[in-house]
Amino acid sequence: MRLELVKRSEKSRVMSVLSPVVAVALTVVFAGIVFAAQGHNPFTGIWYFFLEPITSLWGVEQLITKATPLIIIALGLSVCYLSNNWNIGAEGQLTIGAIVGSIPPIVFPDFVNPVVLPLMLLMAMAGGALFALIPAKLKTSFGTNEILTSLMLVYCSNLFLDWMVRGPWRSPQGYNFPITIDFHEWAVLNAVDVGGININLSAPIALLLVVVLSVVMRSTLKGFEIRVLGQSPRAGSFAGFSNRRMTAFAFALSGALAGLAGMMVVMSEIGKLQPVISPGYGFTAIIVAFLGRLNPVGILIAGLVIASSYLGGEAIQTSLQMSSKLATVIQGVLLFFVLAADTLILYKVRLVTGREGERAHA
Amino acid sequence: MLEAIILTIITAATPLLLAATGELVVEKSGVLNLGVEGMMVMGAVAGFAVTVSTGSPLLGIVGGAFAGVLVSLLFAFVTLTLVANQVASGLALTLFGLGLSGLIGESFVGQPGIKLASLDIPGLTTLPFVGKVLFGQDILVYLSFAAVLAVSWFLNRTRAGLILRAVGDNHTSAHALGYSVIGVRYLAVMFGGAMAGLGGAYLSVAYTPLWVENMTAGRGWIALALVVFASWIPWRAAVGAYLFGAVTVLQFHAQAFGLGFPSQFLAMLPYLATIIVLVAISGNRRATLFNTPSSLGKSFVPDR
Repeated sequence: MRLELVKRSEKSRVMSVLSPVVAVALTVVFAGIVFAAQGHNPFTGIWYFFLEPITSLWGVEQLITKATPLIIIALGLSVCYLSNNWNIGAEGQLTIGAIVGSIPPIVFPDFVNPVVLPLMLLMAMAGGALFALIPAKLKTSFGTNEILTSLMLVYCSNLFLDWMVRGPWRSPQGYNFPITIDFHEWAVLNAVDVGGININLSAPIALLLVVVLSVVMRSTLKGFEIRVLGQSPRAGSFAGFSNRRMTAFAFALSGALAGLAGMMVVMSEIGKLQPVISPGYGFTAIIVAFLGRLNPVGILIAGLVIASSYLGGEAIQTSLQMSSKLATVIQGVLLFFVLAADTLILYKVRLVTGREGERAHA
Repeated sequence: MLEAIILTIITAATPLLLAATGELVVEKSGVLNLGVEGMMVMGAVAGFAVTVSTGSPLLGIVGGAFAGVLVSLLFAFVTLTLVANQVASGLALTLFGLGLSGLIGESFVGQPGIKLASLDIPGLTTLPFVGKVLFGQDILVYLSFAAVLAVSWFLNRTRAGLILRAVGDNHTSAHALGYSVIGVRYLAVMFGGAMAGLGGAYLSVAYTPLWVENMTAGRGWIALALVVFASWIPWRAAVGAYLFGAVTVLQFHAQAFGLGFPSQFLAMLPYLATIIVLVAISGNRRATLFNTPSSLGKSFVPDR
C-alpha cells in the first residue's frame, strides 16, 4: 500500500483556498491526540487551547497584540519567498532594527518631543533593512547561500543586543539588571480604548500594510516583477527585470518590516531594551507567511491563527497544568501540514493498495 | 596545554562532523534537508533522556540516533512522498524539533547527566602526548572518524554509492534505469537523521552532560555550511569541522586569558567564521559547481 500522486492538468482553485483549512483541521486533530495522550479530554484541551483565550475582550486584545508583529514580519517575508529569496533571518533584523531605533531615547534622553516616535520607527526600519542587505549583498556578489548567512546573523545580532544591554547601554539605575533606561513618554506607543479593547498604533499599521501589499502584488508592475522573477528568473530577465535588484529589494523590504515590528513591540510592551525582546516572532512569521499562502490577506488570517496558539499555550498552562511549550510544537506541526496540504493543489493523491499497485507496474 | 587544546578541539568538532557527514550523504542523493538543527536538538534531548532514565550513556546515544531518524522520516514523507518544497519543509523540521525538544526536555532541565566514558586502550592511552589524543577518546569520536572513511568509501567505491550519486545527479535517468529514486532518498534522509541525532546526543551525553533548551545553538546550521565548504567531499568536511572546532575553542581560551574583549563578540566567532568561509567558498564557483549534485533540492515525481 502506498500513496501515488497524479498531476492535475491545472492548479486546483478549490484546493488553493482549502489547503490551509485542511492543514489547520489536521493540526486541531493532532492537538486533540496530544491532549488525550496526556490524559485530558481532547475536546476540553482543544477548547482551552484554540478558543477559550479569545472568548474575552482581554483575550482579543492579547490576540491582536501578538498577531501584529507576526503579520508585519510575514508580509515582508512573503515578498522574499515569492521572489525566491530565502530570508530566514527576520529575528535578527528585528533585533538590530529595535537597537537602531532605540538610539534616540537611550542616547539622547533629553531629546523629548513628538518627532521622536516617527524618527524611531524610521530608524528601526533603516536598521533592519541595512542588516538584511548583508545576506542579500553576499548572495548577489558572491553567490553565497542566503539561508545560512541570514540565519548566522541572527545569532550575532542576539549576542550584540546582549552586549549592548549589559555593556554600554546598561541603565545606571537598573540595579545591575541587564536593561537600558526606560524610554520617555514620547518614545512609547500608548494604547487607545476602542470598544473595550486597548489598541496601539501598530495594529492599524499592520492592516494598512496588508492593504498596500495586496494592491501592489495584485495590480502593479512591481508585483508582477516579484512573481515572474520568483517563478522563472530567466523569463524575468527577458522582460528586463533584474534578479540582483530584486534580491536587494526583497531583503531590504523584509528587513525594514521586521525592524518596524521589533521596534513597535519594544515601544508598546517593554518600554526599554533587555536581552530578550521577542519570543521568536521572526521565526514564527515564517510559518505565518506559508500558512497565509504568501498572500497578504491570507497572512492577516494566518497571523491571528498562529497568535492564538501563543495564547493557547498560556491558557493550557494555567487551566490544564500542561507545558506552554506545546504551542511551539503545534506551530511546527501546522507548518508541516500546510506544506503537505499544498500538494493537493497540484496533485491528486491516491492510495494504491498492494494488488492494484503491482498491476500498474506490470 | 597543547594536549588540552587539541582535546577540546576534537570535542567541539565531533558533533559538527557527525551531522555534516550525514547531511553530505543526504545532499549527494539530491535532497536538501535544512532540518539538521531540528534533528540534532531532538538527538540531544533523546540522548539525555534515555541516558538519565536507563543510566547508560551508550543507550542514550542509540536513543539520540533513533530520535533523529524518526523526525527525519517526517521530513522524508512530506518532501519525498508528497513532494513539498524541501527548503520550507527543512525549516519546518527545525522549528518542530526545537519546539518538541523543549517540551520533552522540560522535566530534565537542571538534572545531572552521566558523561560518556572514554574508551581507553590499555597501553596506548598512557603514551605521552598522543596517548590521550589518539587513544583516549569516547566511542562517538572514533565513530565520527569511521563515518568519514566509510562514507568516502561508500560513495566512491561501491555500487550502492554509485546509484546514490546517480539519483542525486539525474533523478530522471536513474528512474529510467529502474532505480527507486524515492527509496534511495528515503534511506539517505534516514542516515542523515541518524547522524544528526548522534551529533546532538554527543552534545548532551559527552560534551556537556546536561540538557538546556536549544542547546545545539546553531550547530546544525554550521554543519550544513560545512557540507558546502567541503564541496560534498567527506574528508574536507572533516577538515572543516576541525577548523570550526578550533575557532570555538579559540573563543573559550581568549575568554580565559581575559583579553578584555566582550565575551559576546567572542561567542559570535563561530557564526562569523561560517559566513566568511561560505563567502570564500562561493567565490570559487567552478570547484563548487563541479561537485554539486545536479538534482539537489529538486522534487521528483515518478511518472506512471
